Amino acid sequence: MADFHKPEPRVDEATGVETVGHEWDGIEELNTPLPRWWLWTFYATIVFAVGYVVVYPAIPGRHAATAGTLGWTSRGALAADLKAADAARAQTRAAIAATPVEKLADNPQLLRAAIEGGSAAFKQNCVQCHGAGAAGSKGYPNLNDDDWLWGGDVATIHQTLEHGIRYPGDDQTLSSQMPAFGRDGILTAAQVQDVVSHVRVISGQEKPSASSARGAQVFADNCSVCHGASGEGNRTVGAPRLSDRIWLYGGDRATLTETVTYARQGVMPAWGHRLDPVTVKMLAAYVHSRGGGEASPAPDPAIPPATPAK
Amino acid sequence: MPGDPKLKLVHNRPAAPAKGKGDTHETALYARAEPVCPSKIDGRFRRFKWAVMVLCLAVYWGTPWLRWDRGPWAPNQAVLVDLAHRRFYMFGIEIWPHEFYFVAGLLIMAGIGLFLVTSAVGRAWCGYACPQTVWTDLFQHVDRFIDGDRNAQLALDRAPWSLHKLVKRLTKWAIFLAISFATGGAWIFYFADAPTLQREFWTGHAPAIAYATVAVLTFTTFWLGGFMREQVCVYMCPWPRIQSAMLDEKSLIVTYKDWRGEPRGSLKQAQRLPGAIGDCIDCKQCVAVCPTGIDIREGAQIGCITCGLCIDACDRVMGQVGRARGLIDYCTLDDAEHERRGGAPKSLVRAIFRPRTLVYLGLWSAIGLGLLFMLGQRSRLDLSVARDRNPEFVQLSSGAVRNGFTIKLRNMEDRPRRVVLALDDLPQGAIYTDEMDAALARPSLAFTVPADTTQRLRIYAVVPGDAARERRFAFRLAAAAGPGERRAQDVVTTEFAAPGDAD
Repeated sequence: MADFHKPEPRVDEATGVETVGHEWDGIEELNTPLPRWWLWTFYATIVFAVGYVVVYPAIPGRHAATAGTLGWTSRGALAADLKAADAARAQTRAAIAATPVEKLADNPQLLRAAIEGGSAAFKQNCVQCHGAGAAGSKGYPNLNDDDWLWGGDVATIHQTLEHGIRYPGDDQTLSSQMPAFGRDGILTAAQVQDVVSHVRVISGQEKPSASSARGAQVFADNCSVCHGASGEGNRTVGAPRLSDRIWLYGGDRATLTETVTYARQGVMPAWGHRLDPVTVKMLAAYVHSRGGGEASPAPDPAIPPATPAK
Repeated sequence: MPGDPKLKLVHNRPAAPAKGKGDTHETALYARAEPVCPSKIDGRFRRFKWAVMVLCLAVYWGTPWLRWDRGPWAPNQAVLVDLAHRRFYMFGIEIWPHEFYFVAGLLIMAGIGLFLVTSAVGRAWCGYACPQTVWTDLFQHVDRFIDGDRNAQLALDRAPWSLHKLVKRLTKWAIFLAISFATGGAWIFYFADAPTLQREFWTGHAPAIAYATVAVLTFTTFWLGGFMREQVCVYMCPWPRIQSAMLDEKSLIVTYKDWRGEPRGSLKQAQRLPGAIGDCIDCKQCVAVCPTGIDIREGAQIGCITCGLCIDACDRVMGQVGRARGLIDYCTLDDAEHERRGGAPKSLVRAIFRPRTLVYLGLWSAIGLGLLFMLGQRSRLDLSVARDRNPEFVQLSSGAVRNGFTIKLRNMEDRPRRVVLALDDLPQGAIYTDEMDAALARPSLAFTVPADTTQRLRIYAVVPGDAARERRFAFRLAAAAGPGERRAQDVVTTEFAAPGDAD
């Protein structure tokens, strides 16, 4: 049986090596022995494999593979990497923690680190409302521009981040309430249209008209207390400037009518409750660096400078 | 056809003894490598091999210790592969990662160079310059120094273990290990400042990777050079296979001129039968000196690294018996055929300079000249601009429009440079960085870029509302030129986005 499949091997004349006995169209295979060191190398790999199976997780079981004597796991390796990364950042985070947010700019390297850290934290916590490019959307402010409801210096941004806007449960949250002039009957529908005309005139969207002239008086009586006599806004109460080109909800007549009739009550969480102080500080540095950040106001000589956190 | 100069595989193993009929065919699956103990030889190829060996080892061990003054801002090592800082220094040339095509060009030149060498002089790389050959040669000299010449080595190899043999072996292996350690140890100096790293290495302060590298390379040198030797060439190395494909009938190979040598016979036989016996006296000196242990008289084969030592051996014997040299010699297959038919030997120069080698040489030179030209033309100041995509533009309260850019200023010189970033063709435009107050925006900004670094900047460009429309413009980066310098600058064209753009 075996001989039938295995023709007589012969010795190759040119090399003196036996053939394996197979032939394919005149091509024969020499039965060249492997070098012995190759065999030893093969044994060495087997020994290595046995050792590997013992020390590392290897043999699959019903619920988990064998653990291996080293106790190595990929989760453990990741945890160690994260720990190492945290340790590497610890010094920078401690330096940021020890620096008041408005003083970060004095140390460009630290500021750069804070901005990078803030950029990472922003992607995780803020993009849901403010967008990946921080450009906002209707009702969610664009953080890149130079229009700030509550203030654009880094300390105010930090305060906004830490305590939020109209956030229940935080005593220091920034809060104000615009009356719902139409819904609550403070103004008639016609008066609302007149004041909308006036606002569209001061923001350069319409030419003055009889309606806007009537609206100017309505504005002076009802709106100027918060939004200013010429609609310049007031940051202490978060009243937006109405005379510029930037609109949080929209500057067209329909949207403005809706705004005046029902009022707007934007809410932002107090991130100081959710994030650690260093991350909040880094977020403030990042938002301030987006291009619209304002210079910190000169310290009031009447108030002694705050002592840095120890 | 014995002596037919066709490429074929020849094994060091003696042919299996013939088996009687009816036996089951049992061939040993694994064969012990026969020790190769080449005799000492002197001659022109041996001397050339000595010279190449000294040169290769000197270059390998000496290069990291060459100094090259690059001033206070860059390392002073002539050849340094600074992996940690992603820089490659070679004398006056510094290569950044984005210029890696220079290294790719060098590798292509090395590839074509091997084609060139192979088509001209066959496996000259294998015979003289390959590290495996150089270190094997070095270790074979150690063999000879400790154990004596070929016969003494063979006798010692066959001898049973004794104190004498043990002492000899341990001495030899210790020398192998010392050479291997020196070899593995030298490698790491290409990747860090050599004097500093050496001090750190001996005091135990070098990085773990340095010790690991030395350990691995010491082991591979010890094992491959001390023990594996010709086994590497025959079984492990792909190069002999590739070379076999690249050799042609016009390539120089070491050739036993069988038409002159056969039939072999002693001097006495030649005297007895004048005219019937060839020049080969079958003294086997060509086999004795071969560092890979082959018999060149069987023809070209994969074990032949064309080192020419058998030529030296045969020439000496031919001189002693008063016959013409060159029974074994460098010869092409074509010339061998020509000589076999009685033609006069042709000059080796004609074998080397022929169209194929000249084409390789031309290609090789063209790439080399191209690289040199690019090296001379390259700028050491570079600007790259990435426009913000989200948001594309920002509407400011005044009606002005702002675009954001991430900009990289690359100062590739080994000194800090004062550079100016300015706007081209953006009327009323002004720029500021994310570390500046927007009120300080200017049409141009000055920066000092530290030596040999890339500075990353966030740049905001603002255009007043009445001038803001989509347009192409450029950032221009210029460095103040010192006396006698070319003015260095780089311009990158990009786009300004504004509201109302069709998109």
